[in-house]
Amino acid sequence: MNQDLSRLTAAQLSELYRKNACSQKEALDSVEKNILVRDRDPRHIHAYVPDRPRCPIHRKADKASPLWGVPIAVKDNICVEGLETTCSSKILKNFIAPYHATVIEKLLDAGAVVYGQTNMDEFAFGSSCETSCYGPTRNPRDPERVPGGSSGGSAAAVADHTAFAALGSDTGGSIRQPAAFCGVVGIKPTYGRVSRYGLIAFASSLDQIGPITKDVRDSALVLGAIAGHDPKDSTSADVPVPNYTAFLGKSIKGKKVGVLSDGELKGLDPAVRGAAKEEAQKVMERLGAQVVEISLPNMKHSVSVYYIVAPSEASSNLARFDGVRFGHRSKEARSLLEMFEKSRGEGFGAEAKRRIILGTYSLSSGYYDAYYLKAMKVRTLIKRDFDEAFKKVDAIMLPTAPSAAFRVGEKTQDPLQMYLSDIFTISANLAGVPAISLPCGFDETRTGKPLPIGLQFLGRPFQEEVLFQTAYAYEQETGFHKKIGNVS
Amino acid sequence: MSSIDLKHVARLARLHFSEEELKFFQTQVAQILSFVEKLNEVKGLENVPPTSHPFSLSDVFREDEAKPSLALEEFLKKSPQSKGRFFQVPKIIEDKT
Repeated sequence: MNQDLSRLTAAQLSELYRKNACSQKEALDSVEKNILVRDRDPRHIHAYVPDRPRCPIHRKADKASPLWGVPIAVKDNICVEGLETTCSSKILKNFIAPYHATVIEKLLDAGAVVYGQTNMDEFAFGSSCETSCYGPTRNPRDPERVPGGSSGGSAAAVADHTAFAALGSDTGGSIRQPAAFCGVVGIKPTYGRVSRYGLIAFASSLDQIGPITKDVRDSALVLGAIAGHDPKDSTSADVPVPNYTAFLGKSIKGKKVGVLSDGELKGLDPAVRGAAKEEAQKVMERLGAQVVEISLPNMKHSVSVYYIVAPSEASSNLARFDGVRFGHRSKEARSLLEMFEKSRGEGFGAEAKRRIILGTYSLSSGYYDAYYLKAMKVRTLIKRDFDEAFKKVDAIMLPTAPSAAFRVGEKTQDPLQMYLSDIFTISANLAGVPAISLPCGFDETRTGKPLPIGLQFLGRPFQEEVLFQTAYAYEQETGFHKKIGNVS
Repeated sequence: MSSIDLKHVARLARLHFSEEELKFFQTQVAQILSFVEKLNEVKGLENVPPTSHPFSLSDVFREDEAKPSLALEEFLKKSPQSKGRFFQVPKIIEDKT
């Protein structure tokens, strides 16, 4: 067939299947062809883990399912039975997952094709996809720039039309920030909305799996397929999953949308301020929404709280990588203690070590009260800010990141600057609320190609449908998903 | 600027560092800590309860029924070194010399 299937959304591909106008093989070939073209390009994007064969997995399912036959990529920290799953870390190289994560089971039950595994920051520690042990992923919109992170490979694959959709995980913005940098749609669901069973844990009170897609409709479709209670994850919530797509196209007239004052939105790049604040407010008003100024006074502390809480949980979760039962074991060790220390010293990269040190220190005797306990208390204040705000508004509108994608290597020597790029995404994880990012404009002030800018809507817990309704209205009104080339 | 006993923390974390790495991380970790110490500016926390989890959860139980699990061999296969039904590791009790 003449049509380039890879340029379609999941929903469009599904429509063709229903009409029997294309085959699953043709769809797979169309994305595989794009990857081969990319592999020949000296400016490698490396959305997928390099040198790992892609092994499409599919099981018999209802052909009427909206995801039937849709190739979906998954981040390398989500277990796929029988495939190497490594969190892009040397310490897990050659680890073959013994079971499917629940989200993989759900995708397969929905008829989706689990297609390939995407590159990521090691153990999801990072905001640029540069800490992978396999080397960096680059931004398909401009390969001189990072795709964002940690789900940078997933966002790059979708933006580059080498996957119809992808799964990522978001602990402090790891779905939304790369979605913003690559000009695609990413949602971090409410904490507990999606099972974490089979997601290799980073920070267990913050992690959520969510979809990265070409448009809002696909986001609603994929989340609908993976959400729901799972007895295998005691933190997954027993809350019914609505039919998200039923909310697409509903008017948002009269909905109240909260925005922050200029004083609380500091450090914004002018292009981001123009697109994700000034222009976004006009669009919302045009759609009949009521824009209300709100305050999240403790959001300014969110990066500090996060860089205590997340490393503390990570240092504890990563204690299991000790060279005994799985993963890398040092060949240099003569005693058990040396085996632990050297296996971990050799297996973890610099950012992982930094976070293990930060977390171990924050939890250590004499420092627990000053760091971890204090951070947990300020986390309460951040959560209360959201509770208060959601008494007044239905959704909160924020830029996803303070700037468009930065250059490869720009922040690798300065971890603190890297951490600050998550300032607008972290608080949703700390409070557990859902948040979606979608393209809202371009930064054309820089040399090179125009870079996408992301806009974020945050909502009340377990009200993802309000986010889909709002984001869909915004997308249809502005058409950025088409302008950017995600949808033709 | 905070200074931490990095060697001690590394030992607690069972993480081996070369001398070079120790120097490299010392400065960076101190910078990050002085940033997070901005939390000291937040006053009136005495009566604020800590949040360890976004939504309060009570214990989640299931029926105490045995369910099928992966075979032992499957797990042993993933180990860098195993013998019989056991994971094998270097000697734990060291010889006195």
